Amino acid sequence: MAQVSLRKVVKRFDDTEAVRGIDLDIADKEFVVLVGPSGCGKSTTLRMIAGLEEISAGEIAVDGEVVNDVPPKDRDMAMVFQNYALYPHMTVYENMSFGLRLKHYPKDEIARRVQEAARILDITELLERKPRQLSGGQRQRVAMGRAIVRNPKVFLFDEPLSNLDAKLRVQMRTEIKRVHQKVRTTTVYVTHDQIEAMTLADRVVVMNRGKIEQIGAPNDLYHAPATRFVAGFIGSPAMNLLPCRLEQTGDALRVRLSDDIVLPVPPSRVGRYRGYAGRDGLTFGLRPEHLTECKPNGDAQLGYVDAVLEVTEPMGMETLVFFRVNGLDVCARVSPNAGAREGAPMRLAASLDNMHLIDDATGRVI
Amino acid sequence: MTAASLTTPATSARARKYGSMSRDRRWALRWSYVFLTLFAIFFLMPPVYMLITSLKTSAEISAATNPWWVQNPTLSNYTELLTSRMYLTFFLNSALVSVIVVTITMLISIPAAFALSRMRFWGSATLATGVFLTYLIPETLLFIPLFKMFALVNEHLGIQLINRWWVLLLLYPTLTVPFCTWIMIGYFASIPKELDEAALMDGANYRQILTRVFIPVALPGLIAATIFAFTVSWAQFLYPLAFTTSADQLVLPVGIITTLTKGDVFNWGQIMTGALLGAAPPLIIYAFLMDYYIAGLTAGATKG
Repeated sequence: MAQVSLRKVVKRFDDTEAVRGIDLDIADKEFVVLVGPSGCGKSTTLRMIAGLEEISAGEIAVDGEVVNDVPPKDRDMAMVFQNYALYPHMTVYENMSFGLRLKHYPKDEIARRVQEAARILDITELLERKPRQLSGGQRQRVAMGRAIVRNPKVFLFDEPLSNLDAKLRVQMRTEIKRVHQKVRTTTVYVTHDQIEAMTLADRVVVMNRGKIEQIGAPNDLYHAPATRFVAGFIGSPAMNLLPCRLEQTGDALRVRLSDDIVLPVPPSRVGRYRGYAGRDGLTFGLRPEHLTECKPNGDAQLGYVDAVLEVTEPMGMETLVFFRVNGLDVCARVSPNAGAREGAPMRLAASLDNMHLIDDATGRVI
Repeated sequence: MTAASLTTPATSARARKYGSMSRDRRWALRWSYVFLTLFAIFFLMPPVYMLITSLKTSAEISAATNPWWVQNPTLSNYTELLTSRMYLTFFLNSALVSVIVVTITMLISIPAAFALSRMRFWGSATLATGVFLTYLIPETLLFIPLFKMFALVNEHLGIQLINRWWVLLLLYPTLTVPFCTWIMIGYFASIPKELDEAALMDGANYRQILTRVFIPVALPGLIAATIFAFTVSWAQFLYPLAFTTSADQLVLPVGIITTLTKGDVFNWGQIMTGALLGAAPPLIIYAFLMDYYIAGLTAGATKG
């Protein structure tokens, strides 16, 4: 059980900066997910917390104690790797007990802990097997078991599900969440998959190019992204982002997306956006689920888009439809009964209470 | 091995053409056997000839009879050699030298390979290549400068290094250590980096990573290196010939030819017997370790 805090942490490899000054406080028992595209510095950050990479500048503290120069073996953290990293010559039992045996724990204490962890992970019948006799999902469970038995201060996960197939990934995701609810150890989890991040995290840390873009609870990130990057990265299918112009007519503001698509800004947002009226260099953002077929009971904050559908993708409970605005793809989610057909025109309603406006100059959401 | 790898591509190519796996297999197997038999005959001829000659008396060897047949088989060559104190001394010297050299080699090359493959330090890559380049210098080039060096040591420090069997313990590792280190670097490098990181996180120090993870995982490589080191020390000829002279200091390969040839008289029966008996230990070690070697290889040890 521990708090971890990072202060202005920097990592330089030769002359490239992989991590460029990160501040992050992780509370006790919290599940924090670092997410971002490959090369954003998330794994490097995790490895610095683990002590596997030296810190070029800044400091990392566990429970208030700076651990910059503490070797990994003395940090009391456990790590689960992407490729499991099980010791191939040891049985599952030996793999799981390795750390405890190195610390000369009494035999019966080791047995008790391994059995307990095996029970939590449902791998009791695998204890005598060698890693090569296990499937990918089983290996990942053993790797987690190896972390659990040590009862460390912090769990570190480095893209643990990336090597598994899609179905197993969803299963193991639930498993990890279940285990965390049971053992309640402070956890730092790295992934490039935003769905994993959203589903697992208490708080998500979105990283890009070695910096933190935004920290927040999954729903906050989704509904109130702070930057263009977060807006585009979180959510699947991704948010529609279109260059726009903000026009003022009297007291009202309108967003012009193209010659014939003009959407009214809801009165609640007018105050926030007024300073940008008449300016170029703005981007309009709207999630696909907020662009949908017209429903009979009209809403005052709706804007209408007349589209000619290019592609429709039926997903079962909904249908994704794609059309183009000024050469850019736009995605909308409509009901399967809305009669969307490829090549056919369709009137779509945009729920503008959920719109975002991004200042291209700063990349920040206004 | 050679025959098998020769025929495999042919098998798959034909299988695609005709779609008849079993007929192709039979065809491939037949040729495998033809070539394997040829190889076996070619390589077994000398030892068989040695065995036949070792069962003959000197008189029969020099007589103009069929060399591939024994008229009056006798074990006298064997009894004479095995009761000769000199031959047993050679054997003992060889065994002692080989076992100690293998031990020294492993004690040096395993930690060296671990350091060179895992601990990135300034110049480690150059050093690793340098280790291998050392191996490429033949001993025929080295023994004269070494002889000079030994003379200097004797002159300045008064330590006699010529004609001492234990000097071979210093000389042989110059041949075995570079090569074994090179083999082990390859094996250690094939162990995924996450494995030592996992061990580090589990609380292991470098020594424990080496002894509890690397050595067990790289065991096949370790055995290959051991076999190599043993074979080199057991069969080394030039260095003992150059550096040891008196009978009690000799090792087997040199002992046989120096004591069993008197002037231009070759005691062929005993030479063949001595060589045949001398070839036995490596053979036994190969047969014994090969099982582990292959078991280790097929275990897929480095697949995490």
